[in-house]
Amino acid sequence: MSAAIAITGGRVVCPATGHDGIATILLKDRKIAGIGQAEPPSDAQIIDATGLVVAPGLIDAGVFRADTAAANAGGITRMILMPDQSPPLDDPALVAFAQGSGKPDVWVHPLAAATRGLRGEELAEIGLAQAAGAVGVATGRRAIADARVMQRLLAYAHGHGLVVVSHAEDVALTAGTVATEGEYATRLGLAAAPAFAEALAIIRDCRLAEATGARLHIRQVTTAEGLAAVRAARARGVDVTAGITPAHLLLNDMAVAGFRSFARLSPPLRCEADRLAVIEGVRDGTISILASGHDPQSQEDKRQPFADARAGMAGAETLLALGLGLVRDGVIDLPGLIALLSTNPARRFGLVAGTLQLGAPADLVVFDEAAPWRIDGDQFHGAGNTPFNGLPTAGRVRTTIKGGDVVWRA
Amino acid sequence: MARAPSHPALADGAHPFPHAHLLGIAQLKPWEICFLLDEAEQWVELNRSASKHADRLAGLTQINAFFENSTRTLLSFEIAGKRLGADVVNLGVSGSSVKKGETLLDTALTLNAMHPDMIVIRHGSSGAVQLISEKVDCPVLNAGDGRHEHPTQALLDALTIRRRKGRIAGLKVAICGDILHSRVARSNFMLLGALGAEVRAVAPPTLLPAGLDGYCVESFTDMDAGLAGADVVMMLRLQTERMEGAYVPSPREYFRFYGLTEARLAKAAPDVLVMHPGPMNRGVEIDGAIADDIARSAVTEQVEMGVAVRMACLDVLTRRRRGVEGWA
Repeated sequence: MSAAIAITGGRVVCPATGHDGIATILLKDRKIAGIGQAEPPSDAQIIDATGLVVAPGLIDAGVFRADTAAANAGGITRMILMPDQSPPLDDPALVAFAQGSGKPDVWVHPLAAATRGLRGEELAEIGLAQAAGAVGVATGRRAIADARVMQRLLAYAHGHGLVVVSHAEDVALTAGTVATEGEYATRLGLAAAPAFAEALAIIRDCRLAEATGARLHIRQVTTAEGLAAVRAARARGVDVTAGITPAHLLLNDMAVAGFRSFARLSPPLRCEADRLAVIEGVRDGTISILASGHDPQSQEDKRQPFADARAGMAGAETLLALGLGLVRDGVIDLPGLIALLSTNPARRFGLVAGTLQLGAPADLVVFDEAAPWRIDGDQFHGAGNTPFNGLPTAGRVRTTIKGGDVVWRA
Repeated sequence: MARAPSHPALADGAHPFPHAHLLGIAQLKPWEICFLLDEAEQWVELNRSASKHADRLAGLTQINAFFENSTRTLLSFEIAGKRLGADVVNLGVSGSSVKKGETLLDTALTLNAMHPDMIVIRHGSSGAVQLISEKVDCPVLNAGDGRHEHPTQALLDALTIRRRKGRIAGLKVAICGDILHSRVARSNFMLLGALGAEVRAVAPPTLLPAGLDGYCVESFTDMDAGLAGADVVMMLRLQTERMEGAYVPSPREYFRFYGLTEARLAKAAPDVLVMHPGPMNRGVEIDGAIADDIARSAVTEQVEMGVAVRMACLDVLTRRRRGVEGWA
């Protein structure tokens, strides 16, 4: 039994319960024990949050590495782990092991591999994986090329009530490519795929989800056309949600100029019109989940000619600050951001979390929404490859509490 | 005709070529391109003389590191270095023996530790030469990186055109063939555009990259329309593996619609100049008789200009370390 903690004086923001105002939160027995204006008990540890924001801990929907130090520093208390591990999470025992991999600092919720070895051919044991703790199934870094396999996956996962997380890039069109077709890719001589490769994949998967009744989450929707496909499917009643990472909200394909391999991402960065469309998708709610896409790579894998470098960036430590940029720019309000970062992913993946209601797990983040800093990959707690290196930003995590334990203070 | 560097920026003693490396045409200003072409003229004369030797680069070490197979470009750089008196070393690394990546940077550091005075690099990945240039202490010359750039090829093409036509500005230049995979085309788009030519890209739709408007290049998928009135026709090589159904159905179908024949060439200007970076696929992209017609074909002259242009680049890029007056 842990000691009681009282967080006093902060602006408590919880979209799940509708709270938004100055209040004291009492944590006891690893749960939310009280919220309101009452004096904290005399034996409670006091965390003064005056001038700070108190919110449910962030839930990072779709990381490739359960990087606990980076998560704690970023205010993330739960990571939904992609199955692209070594070996892939295509076996219940591997799922169970992955679930414990964040202890004691971060809750890790694995997504099971949809197909064996993530090869996109045969269904993995997703029912057993669910029993072992998987909160969904994912196609991994790539889409499933074969429509029949995808159809069966969606139907089967639906039978188990599992949400299917898909990667939206047409496999054939994007094979061997590292950039989005356009002037910049042509100038740099990079193999490129048309941006509509995303919409093709989304249209197919949404139609298959419609036919099977399945729940589909597209981890990253990065183009105007892709968002239009999601809206159209939703209008037909398809149970589809869309996510995004800060990279596609803030960068366009010009960021790869000079062959900057830190800007080599999957899907690749898009044109400016698509970037603006993605921001609009966040504003109008088409995109309901903001995740870091945390996929740090080693120096050896990044210090390469662009096309030979591995895709992926370290994102956990910059997720909140870059998300707060959306609030500063007036795209969404602060409760809207917390919904994107915590409430919505919890709901989509059926987690009892992302809320400050009484009895919920005591996962919280306390942050200063205005504290300025400059992103510096060398100061990261995990790997430091970020295309945002050197960017001035604002918003620092002061305290991260996971299951009633303070796991980060700054 | 643009011979002497005539930009106002140079009037008060500005540097005619302030670059440490030659990574691409994209970084060059029009007057810097003209400067290199003007410098190359003297080497054309030298190469045609009996002695064919200068000692400007005597005592300097030139490493030709070719991570991708090449015969003519490697030979051209080797001859260029030797004619200027440099000690030339060739590092032939076949695509199979060197895995990319860390090994590439390690190789760069190894080369650098041998204190070369210039490194010439060809690599199969776009951007690889720039990556290496960031790790070494001497001038780096890009001899072709992936689909990105091949600056000395564009320079030798420009020199060839300028000597034959007396100018570049205002000429209609049609670049025909596999534009999508061609670094030669990309470098030429920028160079010829910078010097005022009217550049066209002619290719089957499957071999035309997106975004050519950004180069101010006009695209044609009809060869006859693309050649109409052209002063220069530059043919590109089409690799055999791309003609077997992947991008075009077959070599014979390609020749039928995109091969350079007499009939097709008749659409161009009467004094049209035909160019090809080589090696040529006779009967696939170009009719053999046209390639051999020295009145119209500049193919062998391109090879000759290649040596002169590369001598100019090696000379100019090493002036700072040689302490040439005004270049320190």
